[in-house]
Amino acid sequence: MTFRQNILAIGVVAKREIYRLVNKPLYFICMLVAPLVCFLFFISLMHEGLPSQLPIAVVDLDNSTTSRNLVRQLDAFETVHVTMRARSFTEVRVEMQKGNIYGIFYIPENFAKEASTGKQPKISYYTNGTYLIAASLLYRDMKTMSVLAGAAVGLQTGLAQGYTEDQVMAQLQPITIDQHAIGNPWLSYSIYLNNIMLPGVLQLMIFLATVFSIGSEIKYGTAREWLRMGNDSLTVSLLGKLLPQTFIFTTVSFMLLAVLYGFNAFPLNSGWWPMLLGMFLLVIASQSVGVLMIGVLPTPRMGLSFASLFGMISFSIVGFSFPLAAMDPTLQGLANLFPLRHYFLIYIDQALNGRDFYYSWVQYASLAAFLILPLLIGRNLKKALYYIEYIP
Amino acid sequence: MKREYRLRYIIKEGFFDTFYIWRQEMKNIFSDKGVLIFFFLVPFVYPLLYSFIYNNEMMRNSKMVVVDQSDSFLSREFIRKVDGTSDVQVVAVVGSMEEGKRMMDEKKAYGILYFPTDFSKKLNTGQQATVGLYTDMSALLFYKAFLLATTEVSLDMGKELQSRFHPASTEQLQQITVNPIPYESISLFNSQTGFASFLVPAILVLVIQQTLLLGIGMLGGTARERNRFHSLVPMNKHFSGTLRVMFGRSLAYILIYTLVCIWVFAIVPRLFSLPQVGQPWSVLLFLLPYLFACIFFSITISGFLTTRESPMIVLVFTSVILLFISGVSWPKESIPVFWRALGYFFPSTPGIQGFIRINTSGATLSEVASEYRLLWIQTGIYFITAAMVYRFQIIRSRKMLIRQYNYMKNKRRLSTSV
Repeated sequence: MTFRQNILAIGVVAKREIYRLVNKPLYFICMLVAPLVCFLFFISLMHEGLPSQLPIAVVDLDNSTTSRNLVRQLDAFETVHVTMRARSFTEVRVEMQKGNIYGIFYIPENFAKEASTGKQPKISYYTNGTYLIAASLLYRDMKTMSVLAGAAVGLQTGLAQGYTEDQVMAQLQPITIDQHAIGNPWLSYSIYLNNIMLPGVLQLMIFLATVFSIGSEIKYGTAREWLRMGNDSLTVSLLGKLLPQTFIFTTVSFMLLAVLYGFNAFPLNSGWWPMLLGMFLLVIASQSVGVLMIGVLPTPRMGLSFASLFGMISFSIVGFSFPLAAMDPTLQGLANLFPLRHYFLIYIDQALNGRDFYYSWVQYASLAAFLILPLLIGRNLKKALYYIEYIP
Repeated sequence: MKREYRLRYIIKEGFFDTFYIWRQEMKNIFSDKGVLIFFFLVPFVYPLLYSFIYNNEMMRNSKMVVVDQSDSFLSREFIRKVDGTSDVQVVAVVGSMEEGKRMMDEKKAYGILYFPTDFSKKLNTGQQATVGLYTDMSALLFYKAFLLATTEVSLDMGKELQSRFHPASTEQLQQITVNPIPYESISLFNSQTGFASFLVPAILVLVIQQTLLLGIGMLGGTARERNRFHSLVPMNKHFSGTLRVMFGRSLAYILIYTLVCIWVFAIVPRLFSLPQVGQPWSVLLFLLPYLFACIFFSITISGFLTTRESPMIVLVFTSVILLFISGVSWPKESIPVFWRALGYFFPSTPGIQGFIRINTSGATLSEVASEYRLLWIQTGIYFITAAMVYRFQIIRSRKMLIRQYNYMKNKRRLSTSV
């Protein structure tokens, strides 16, 4: 076969594939509906960046002007919403088990009196570790409140004695921490999670679409017809089959980037090109992994099961919620088998931190290296396409 | 009265048919590798895998580089103390921000601690000194670890400094203690604030629903591909009653999932020492309606899936959404109303909420009453919808059969008349 003939054959197979894609609603769900539903869900879920107005309870045993003032200030925090005031701790503990509150702020008896006489009364605050995000946000705000309360008391006594604010503050807190969260100073969960979870959904759907489209050729006995149209060359047939999908998924994924960095204006310190390239490589790398999956397990149900499990695990093993460095060394090695892991590292270097291309080239190369997979499994897949009888 | 219409006969026959259908369903399950994957392999492997991934619970020794332009006794003491915490490991002390930044770029460190030149001087003259902390935001846990460790050290050293030497402070100033109002933070339940203890119980509950959905969906798809008229229910006299089909099949799923639940909720948490503070009876009584609701929900959904493969393509991605809708990570108060309303349709939403509170926060059934009630309501509603799905399928098959019969009869009559 000449090069020209092969190109023509790819076109013929691609045309056949487009016809198949359009005629089966399942592809429509898989390639468009599912990703769009997820985009919509996560972007709207986290549109505020951080959860706000989390209900907490206050146990104020002092009930003085000072303590009431403290509670009012605490309530003014964006994350905090004081929904309950109680006189005993047991009462609020049950409310916490009922899931009605996430935190408890406890002010002891004679708080105001002891504070002004230097007896160091202790403020306690409790969070419910069952809900980690709510707990850590409330922890932060209740801690800030406690520090501020101390400062306020100290300042009051100090100023009364005729010292300047600088002097008193140096006394209260000799060393302060000036913190900078690079790239995400708002500590936005939307930036933190959506940048990687949504590409993860795409990766999952690409696995499924690739496996399903090849698997259904086996299932409905059309594999030979498909290969014949591709001049009996697996390369030509695969290219013809997958290129239309590449086109659709690339379009969808670029739309995602537009939503993330255009519409939502998430940090994009690298400019568009490195992320567009990374995303395109993620699409074709995922397709290659899909081909490997159906090649290893050449029945639609097994191939799809493999794709589902692999796709779901990648959300955890990529290490964006729980860092890979804290996982078992075996897992740190295995994580490299997931295209999403490399995309994640690209995102961190490029969009989030705007580092030099030099620091990410290994990740780009790794994503490109996934393209070898179809070649490795090609022989097995071709055999399966020719000889496997589908048993329902 | 004809024998067939007597109640006793109907009950007896129904009873035997139920068991017949149960046996058939067991055979279907065990002869289908795809279904076995979802009923046994996934519930077996997933909990192990997730527990393994999150097993370390915490980020220890996050790598930090220090830029020490003060290079003084005090800054070195600060560094030593930060390095001594379990959260942070100081990998290097360098002279300039450029060097620090380069180490971050090369991922040799995930945070920079910066001491300005006047750090020691300010402290010695009774002024407030500032330390800069720069964190890589690839994971929030880095930020948390660095901020916690440095804040602790700064307070700690502040206290020491004051008692040790204080040229600028007078006796009166010293009355203003470093910490006029001390505070303590306590994490009730999951007191280590470990990651596995937080996420894995929720995933375990979700795995039950999702594998049932996929497995039953796949069984349904196979039945449709194999049976006459693409029906969910085979044409067979044993399968003639809706309730028989419902009970027979559900019995098969319940038996299998009792085993699965023992593995998932009793053995796995013990293997990985995940929190298990709930009373066993509360857990058991809570899981009962959850299992029922999941099974009937899955049967209902399977009425809309026509091929073996469609469940995986349509349902797998929902796991990510359902985990968030449940409110375990993103607090339920902050979920937009529309999505929260959608969540009420899935057993996993009350299932996860209730289960983690029983299992991790030690709640009893009365404290999860609203979730518990919702699960029973779902069980009731999905029982009815599942019965409707089967009923519809049985009637449709009958109609098709009658139509085909009439068609054949007409054809024969036409051919004989010619």
